[in-house]
Amino acid sequence: MIGAGVTPIAHAPVDWYAIAPEIALFAAAILIVVLRSVARHDPKVHQASMLIAIAGVAASALFTGVQWAFVHSNGPYQAMSGLVAVDGFGVFVKSVILGATLLALLLSGGYLRREHLESPEYFALMLCSATGMMLMASANDLITIFLSLEILSIALYVLAAFDRRRLSSQEAGLKYFLLGSFSSAVFLYGIALVYGATGTTRLSGIAQFLAKIVLLHDGVLFVGLALLLVGLGFKVAAAPFHMWTPDVYQGAPTPVTAFMAAATKAAAFAAVLRIFVGAFRLYDVDWRPAVFGLAVLSLLVGSIAAVVQTDVKRMLAYQSISHAGYVLIGVQAATDKGTSAALFYVCTYAVMATGAFAIVMLVARRGDDRHELTDYRGLASARPVLAGLLTLFLLAQAGVPLTGGFVAKLSVFSAAIDVGQYWLALVGMLAAVIGAFVYLRIVLAMYAPPDDEAAPEGPRIVVDAGTGVALTIAAGAIVFLGVVPGIVLDFAHAATQLLAR
Amino acid sequence: MSALAYPDHITATYYLVLAAILFTIGAVGLLVRKNTLVMFMCIELMLNAANLTFVSFANALNDISGQVIVFFTLVVAAAEVAVGLAIIVAIFRRRQSVNADDVDLLKG
Repeated sequence: MIGAGVTPIAHAPVDWYAIAPEIALFAAAILIVVLRSVARHDPKVHQASMLIAIAGVAASALFTGVQWAFVHSNGPYQAMSGLVAVDGFGVFVKSVILGATLLALLLSGGYLRREHLESPEYFALMLCSATGMMLMASANDLITIFLSLEILSIALYVLAAFDRRRLSSQEAGLKYFLLGSFSSAVFLYGIALVYGATGTTRLSGIAQFLAKIVLLHDGVLFVGLALLLVGLGFKVAAAPFHMWTPDVYQGAPTPVTAFMAAATKAAAFAAVLRIFVGAFRLYDVDWRPAVFGLAVLSLLVGSIAAVVQTDVKRMLAYQSISHAGYVLIGVQAATDKGTSAALFYVCTYAVMATGAFAIVMLVARRGDDRHELTDYRGLASARPVLAGLLTLFLLAQAGVPLTGGFVAKLSVFSAAIDVGQYWLALVGMLAAVIGAFVYLRIVLAMYAPPDDEAAPEGPRIVVDAGTGVALTIAAGAIVFLGVVPGIVLDFAHAATQLLAR
Repeated sequence: MSALAYPDHITATYYLVLAAILFTIGAVGLLVRKNTLVMFMCIELMLNAANLTFVSFANALNDISGQVIVFFTLVVAAAEVAVGLAIIVAIFRRRQSVNADDVDLLKG
């Protein structure tokens, strides 16, 4: 019974359009789980669930396109009482995530069949993880970011440990779980301290608070900010918070590694940009030196540690740390130019990482364990097309002109030089040279004559249709980004302009 | 509430310091202990330290949202328990050990 003086609880208005892309992905995941439980023993469920997953990604892309059209004409806005932002920035990152998810799904079909791991849950988990990433790209509240971080991570812990028979996969799952939840806890404590200092967890609210009020005792705010950076540093795999990356990337099933490298980085960098360049822009004097340090360490640790590896998957994992360093160069600039450079880099990296890991997946053959540099000897004479594609993806990662990697590196360097960070650009170029050496080692191994003694035993490399399509898309995209980068650069620029503040 | 049960001189600072200590115990424990189950409990301790901080700040700021956040955190912690224990059990079945030092296939 409601008394006269009690006001009924007001329901917050729900703007379903704001989260329609996420709902589409999650609905597809639920559909797959339901289908699995009603048609338990039907072998067709596996194929059907892959198709449902791709349809979900397509529907989500459609809604994202509608959001872009709306934002483009009406400007960015905040929905769900400020928890979610619908803006160009979010649309760009969501497009990258959807592209990476599509490529990972295409790779997974053939991989799961080859490894006899066919199960619909895999696709459901991947869609759940993608839902978390999409939500993270459009989050406008620290708690939304935390929840989406957990949605994407918990599904990824299971995916990393998905190959139950392979010990290294279980080990990757455990290590990712322990360090991932550690970083989440650190991130949550950071949110708590920022909440205490500013009285709100809304990113726009924090920015307004800091613009109005100068804190006399800002120790709590700074500790909170540092903890937020540590927590996200783990997720983007920036040194010195990179310890888990090589182990997890190496042990996880290769399509999952591709998904982690491409999509998780995009989502986590979206959060980094929204928190630091967006909400804490006024405090950039304080956080920029920290991000500078992370960028330098990531660039150097990633590229130098990759030199001494003999395992190709591990080399690419270390290189992903150094690629995080390049994106951090763009973040560190704390300008619109830096933000759009970081967005373009994330997009390019998603394509070239997925492409490279796709070839690694094929060369590994059944068992997913042929990752040594010696396994790549003679690949060029046995499978010239695959060797050529891997060369293309590695040259793109090294930053060779006419590939997307060159334009991406150029734009982050020019963003750094614009704000007078010559040293950072110099370290980046040094890391690019060391990285080129690493990639050259792999390429030289492929074009070396095959060992007579260690003749390529084991099953042949089989390229299934899905992987073929994924490789074609990735190769086309990387050349497209290198030859006519203007379209995507303009998109990234427009997306940065349409950032909800 | 009577003054005896909740004395005035116990301020939010006490709770915040306690939370900071709990968080530190959790973080250090995760780094030094080798038993994966104990490491897991350390993570839970860190999450609860964050919860305590939220509640103390919510009380000090007279703002309800900090208390609501705790419910979200609890749900997240429960989901993490489900997945984390499943992974630990899967590894235990293969190795008959929950020691983190035994999980050493991947290195370099």
